[in-house]
Amino acid sequence: MYIVLNKDRMVIEKEQDVVPYRNRVKEFAVKIGMSLVNQTKLITAASELVRNMLKYANGGVTTIEVISKGRENGIRLIFEDKGPGIADIKLAMKDGFSTGKSLGLGLPGAKRLSSEFDIKSTVGKGTTVTLIKWKNG
Amino acid sequence: MDRIPILRMGNFLLVTIQVDLYDRLAQNLESDLVQMVSKTGARGVLIDISALSIVDSFMGRIIGNIGSVSKIMDAETVVVGMQPAVAITLIELGLELKGVHTALNVERGMQLLKEKILIEESEPDEE
Repeated sequence: MYIVLNKDRMVIEKEQDVVPYRNRVKEFAVKIGMSLVNQTKLITAASELVRNMLKYANGGVTTIEVISKGRENGIRLIFEDKGPGIADIKLAMKDGFSTGKSLGLGLPGAKRLSSEFDIKSTVGKGTTVTLIKWKNG
Repeated sequence: MDRIPILRMGNFLLVTIQVDLYDRLAQNLESDLVQMVSKTGARGVLIDISALSIVDSFMGRIIGNIGSVSKIMDAETVVVGMQPAVAITLIELGLELKGVHTALNVERGMQLLKEKILIEESEPDEE
């Protein structure tokens, strides 16, 4: 259903990796001609998820893809970590819920900023978050 | 270590954030600013974020903390110059930047700070 046109992987293991990662996502978004508002939403969502990965799982691997569905192009981001996993995803997706000392906006906020959002987690094994932002969505 | 410069202008402190903040830089800024408020007795803090292309919940929290701590230290905080796309994104993210004032640009931010301080100073006379 989706055709992957271009792909890049980045390992995230320290906080200094966040800014270069955001810049890489921006490059991809600019390349497909995404509007500035959608770019900003995508990069903000990416920043939230990559920070989560660092904070709760000491990092992980991210994949940036340009994808196409019919006539629509978009960016798909995948965040894979081998952290402790999330026991109650429903609870984690609620605004204001945090097991750390943050605002608890990361996951629900990132979902609101995305066109499509999916999270899978197994306790003790890790978490994978996938999001799509369509160029015009 | 990287630091963001803090300028003193009369009763106010001015900070222009021109690079995308990473965590340690943001945390240094928070502690530097609070110490400057304490040392100089500044009544207002003006933070210019016009060069920031994104503000995520981490940065929002740092800005909120600066506002809250400054408030306890008797200084008002104004955030100025937010890009329209950043404002739209912040609201969708669910971040309201409580505890800080906002203004469109540096000039209006300065005006706002002056008004706030004037109002505070004139209050005791009214009672």
